[in-house]
Amino acid sequence: MFNHSTIERNATLLLVLGLLTVAVGGIVEVVPLFYLQNTIEKVEGMRPYTPLELVGRNIYVREGCYVCHSQMIRPFRDETERYGHYSLAAESMFDHPFQWGSKRTGPDLARVGNKYSDDWHREHLTNPRSVVPESVMPGYSFLSQTDVDTRYMDEHLIANRRVGVPYTDDMIANAKIDLAAQATDSGDGAEDLLKRYPKAQIRDFDGQPDKLTEMDALVAYLQMLGTLVDFSTFKAEAESR
Amino acid sequence: MNGYALLAKLVSLGSIVLIAILLAGFGHDTGYMIHASMIAVIAFGFFIYYARSFSFAAAGVPLQATEDTYLDSVIQAGLIATVFWGVAGFLLGVVIASQLAWPILNFDLPWTSFGRLRPLHTSAVVFAFGGNALIATSFYVVQRTCRTRLALGNLAWFVFWGYQIFIVLAATGYLLGITESREYAEPEWYVDLWLTIVWVAYFLVFFGTLLKRKEPHIYVANWFYLAFIFTIAMLHIVNNLSVPVSFLGSKSYSLFSGVQDALIQWWYGHNAVGFFLTAGFLGMMYYFVPKRAGRPVYSYRLSIVHFWSIIFLYIWAGPHHLHYTALPDWAQTLGMVFSVMLWMPSWGGMINGLMTLSGAWDKLRTDPVLRMMVMSVAFYGMATFEGPVMSIKSVNSLSHYTDWTIGHVHSSALGWVGMISFAAVYDLVPKLWHKSGLYSMRLVSWHFWLATLGIVLYASSMWVSGIMQGLMWREYDSQGFLVYSFAESVAAMHPYYIIRMLGGLLFLLGALIMVYNLIRTISGPKTSMARANSPALAV
Repeated sequence: MFNHSTIERNATLLLVLGLLTVAVGGIVEVVPLFYLQNTIEKVEGMRPYTPLELVGRNIYVREGCYVCHSQMIRPFRDETERYGHYSLAAESMFDHPFQWGSKRTGPDLARVGNKYSDDWHREHLTNPRSVVPESVMPGYSFLSQTDVDTRYMDEHLIANRRVGVPYTDDMIANAKIDLAAQATDSGDGAEDLLKRYPKAQIRDFDGQPDKLTEMDALVAYLQMLGTLVDFSTFKAEAESR
Repeated sequence: MNGYALLAKLVSLGSIVLIAILLAGFGHDTGYMIHASMIAVIAFGFFIYYARSFSFAAAGVPLQATEDTYLDSVIQAGLIATVFWGVAGFLLGVVIASQLAWPILNFDLPWTSFGRLRPLHTSAVVFAFGGNALIATSFYVVQRTCRTRLALGNLAWFVFWGYQIFIVLAATGYLLGITESREYAEPEWYVDLWLTIVWVAYFLVFFGTLLKRKEPHIYVANWFYLAFIFTIAMLHIVNNLSVPVSFLGSKSYSLFSGVQDALIQWWYGHNAVGFFLTAGFLGMMYYFVPKRAGRPVYSYRLSIVHFWSIIFLYIWAGPHHLHYTALPDWAQTLGMVFSVMLWMPSWGGMINGLMTLSGAWDKLRTDPVLRMMVMSVAFYGMATFEGPVMSIKSVNSLSHYTDWTIGHVHSSALGWVGMISFAAVYDLVPKLWHKSGLYSMRLVSWHFWLATLGIVLYASSMWVSGIMQGLMWREYDSQGFLVYSFAESVAAMHPYYIIRMLGGLLFLLGALIMVYNLIRTISGPKTSMARANSPALAV
């Protein structure tokens, strides 16, 4: 007959049985997500980040914005009225890592794109309380004074391709050109950029036309958040939960 | 260790210094270069340390075997590290709580902003304070309950120093902006690799000691410590899979994205709670509570049920961090159901801990250390009731994204993890430093009450602010319009953020009293009696 003291007397048996016990839950819950239709489907409009947006996103990650801002709108009346259409799985399919967050010390940012002007973002990031007196956000004035490190842009795209983001050879070859082209009002390279990345917003984001700063990149990222999927044509039933 | 092993150590440390200097020179970003320089300096420090003890005459002569005594010096170091990182982590908590009350304290500098300091605080308390407490006590418990010295020679010392290096690299990384942004797993790829090496060494020492035990049975505390060690290894490796941009740079991109990444992260995140902050500390409870109370564990059968059910159920609970998100409904529901089920084994464990005192309840009047243990188990019971409640989807729709979560985490982290660790430290320090007892039991009492009051202030202010926040966000007026702007809800939090900061301050104050008490204990006179520090003597 089985007796628990058998396990208590055999460290290896305890180890093996323990490992098997803790493995089950994760396997059952995680593995299907790589195969189920509604977690891997593509939605019209989604594309990889432009180089400038990717740099902005990396700044968002670096500064720990996710500790106070979520990027995941839940399907409740108050949330969809406050922030917009609830978030779809496909909208974060190119997010390595995801930035859904777990806490709203500040508001959700999943659809903050195009809601405020670049000027507002710049002012808000530099001195949050000048535009939102109640805010408890830190100021990020140093972003306007820090140049974007453009040296390894193509390597960043290659690393993303290795983990599954469909960057083409063309995108990788032009990574540095696209990076500069998006943050300028001159229009140089804009047409090619838009061909590679539809709906990309191209302008001088930081109010310093002669410089490519981290402020350019972060504002470009914030201004594109939630703008890729067109919800006037999106059919919700195709995305049954 | 013989002379040749020392020579090999010197050669490998020397190579690490050279490689690190090269990496520092060719690195792609400042943070990486600073880290490489730090590694060079640390390796050079160890090189000098070993080189001083090297002599060619001694090469080949094995040092005297010390199998007949316990390896306690590494535990002493671990306890000092526990207390040091604890105070640092609590202090950081007070700092970032103040930043939320008075945002001017962010100073608008990159390395002092809340976004970078918050992971520093969580890692300092969870991994530096909690981790050192777990490693030190597990080394103590496994030696005593197996009646044998730690396995594999001085590998335990490698675990100790390796773990401190991990902490320093992770902490300085956050300040420099090096982060993967995975909550409670923020360190970047090379720090993760280093932790993997250290953790494997930790497993080998612990498991090796179990294998060479002189007791037929493996004591229940060791089951929990073992489960904590191997499960954390599994979680850490899977959750941190990522592709570096370059081996000369700090940045990497996670292997998974979006919804898969989210579930894997919270499978990790919730079980960092379940196995790091629960199973490991349950091991602590199963040794120190019976020891201190002088009573056997209440129910042997209950501890078996407790162990297997808790390690099986916990792993399923992760999806409750993702209720109403883009994660499929079935996974959310599964996470909720298992979280509610977890309530039972958790309370089974609590009952097993508390009832161990039956016949010894009078000791609560005279022994503040035991009182701390009981309070800790009580907070465990409270938090493991609150957790399942918050995992119910309808409750979670209100509580998620609010301060309620923060309050919940702190009543378990400060109450359960903090209190049981303090109690274990108070119990071990006189034993390991050969003292007749602590310098002052009165000061332990002060620590106990300050910490308890601090937790009450913290948890209650966060309940109020969290529920208020949740209600303000969803409040509609009679016309069907949202009543409050987001900014108004932020303004309403201000008084509670101040109360929370004061609660944290009291908790920190208690810890500082502990530091004073421990320093006086260690510098006090030695007891005349020889302590049981040998396997040949009693456990």
